Amino acid sequence: MGTEPVKSVRVLTPSGMLGAGWDHATIERGIALGADVISIDGGSTDSGPHYLGSATAKTTAKAVARDLRSLFTAAAEAGIPVIVGSCGTSGTDRGVDWVAGIAAEVMAEEGLDLTVAKIYSEQNAADLKEHLNAGRVHPLPPLGELRAETLESCTHIVGAMGHEPIVAALRAGAQVVLAGRATDTAVAAAYPLMMGMPAGPTWHAAKIVECGGQCTTNPRAGGVLATIDADGFTIEPLDPTVSCTPITVAAHMLYETVNPFEMREPDGTLDVRDARYTALDDRIVRVEGSKFHVAGQYTIKLEGARVTGYETMSFAAIRDPLILADVDAWAELMRTMIRQRVGQTLGLADGEYAFDLRLYGHNAVLDDLEPESGPPREVGVMLLVNAPDQATATAVAKVANPLMLHLPAPGMDYLPSFAFASSPAEVERGAAYEFVLNHVVDCDDPLSLFRIELGENTRA
Amino acid sequence: MPDTTLADLAHEVRSKNAGPFWVTMEVFLRDAEGYRIAADESFLNERVIAELYRVEESTVQVFRIPSLNVVKISFPRPVSQGSLRDRDMHAGQHHVPLARLPVRRDDR
Repeated sequence: MGTEPVKSVRVLTPSGMLGAGWDHATIERGIALGADVISIDGGSTDSGPHYLGSATAKTTAKAVARDLRSLFTAAAEAGIPVIVGSCGTSGTDRGVDWVAGIAAEVMAEEGLDLTVAKIYSEQNAADLKEHLNAGRVHPLPPLGELRAETLESCTHIVGAMGHEPIVAALRAGAQVVLAGRATDTAVAAAYPLMMGMPAGPTWHAAKIVECGGQCTTNPRAGGVLATIDADGFTIEPLDPTVSCTPITVAAHMLYETVNPFEMREPDGTLDVRDARYTALDDRIVRVEGSKFHVAGQYTIKLEGARVTGYETMSFAAIRDPLILADVDAWAELMRTMIRQRVGQTLGLADGEYAFDLRLYGHNAVLDDLEPESGPPREVGVMLLVNAPDQATATAVAKVANPLMLHLPAPGMDYLPSFAFASSPAEVERGAAYEFVLNHVVDCDDPLSLFRIELGENTRA
Repeated sequence: MPDTTLADLAHEVRSKNAGPFWVTMEVFLRDAEGYRIAADESFLNERVIAELYRVEESTVQVFRIPSLNVVKISFPRPVSQGSLRDRDMHAGQHHVPLARLPVRRDDR
């Protein structure tokens, strides 16, 4: 790593997620435009608590291998680093090892010998309880104070690292950094910050590139290239047929954020209130005026998920207009009948299991917020049961099965038959999870919650 | 004729998770005139959102961004993500009641 000060740093982000795929030509184009680093997110909490709770990935090994091959071959030839954040969707230690294993195979096949750093972000409840007892853990809205039992109930807990552990790995000589849970922005911000770029433009650029082509006129197109310098940054799509405009770039600051003007990172807050977006031409946008306010206290955000029970699903469909004329009344009768039959046959009280009956085609998505009314043409009836163990959840669904097939509407004097979508009708979904942590830990050292392994010492 | 709705004034109305605990929605108005209507605090405010989504008024945040002709709204997720009662994992379809909000004729 040279020590000469640089005037600008170019960050190539090929996509919003590793494993999503892209046209390799866009990577070559980014390299030709002078990319200094490739950064890409490997996950998020977006798709729900299952991935963190079970420490499994949303993406497939084949797709991840394909994307890593595209990145490693291009980066090795150009001699630039590759940074992957939130490996394996949730950034658990298992997720990091999973991506590292795929990376090792790809490198072996391509004859590449890149130095890989793995950064582990998983936390254990016992250590966190010490932080909690010392008053160093604080809730973020809308959650309240953390209780020790909540930490103990989690199957997995990760801390979302800032840029510092990634910078430490790069300084130690890593050519490929495979990070556990990291803030989406830290992945793109690490290299430019290491090279001395200012925090305001760097964090703002990192937020804009984190979803790849989403800040362009065609979100389906490939990635983007951000060039950060002392006064701001420019951003352009890697697909030459696509554009960034001041509106598409500014609008991306709104995406998946509660507050469109501020974004908290471990070491401070990005403030884009005074940012100005200017079209340099019909494809490239210049952004200036982004600020970063360093926080008085460095904090690491925790994410944790726990098992809420086990789920079994069954699905039938109704097309009969007589039933659909008042399907709400039918559904209400169904709920009553299920409780009754489960009590009679399994001896379970209402509190010993739970179910949700969803009428797809009627109000399944919005439930009681649904503004439309009137008879639908057809309705899919999903029964989702949650119980403390899988056998009980399935038993409840099996007891409901004759009702899902035959329950007459109120006032109906014959037995209708509904359209099951599959046989057997019950699908066991396994463990169900929920996120229970939305808390930060005060840390004096940005590296203290993370463990970096460099080179050959694979844990896989 | 049905009333004009917020969707009629907008290029896009969308909703999405902002992390596991928040829902956020954006109304991208077509022009400054649409923005003037949507950004009017007597028309669209925390109380209206609280009623539409059955959430606590004090938890609703409304951001008005004239430079983009955007009104953005955030509130804590009433149903825990991935729970038995969560029927919209990414909160991606929650914009519909907002999009259907009628715009009074004298506002037009």
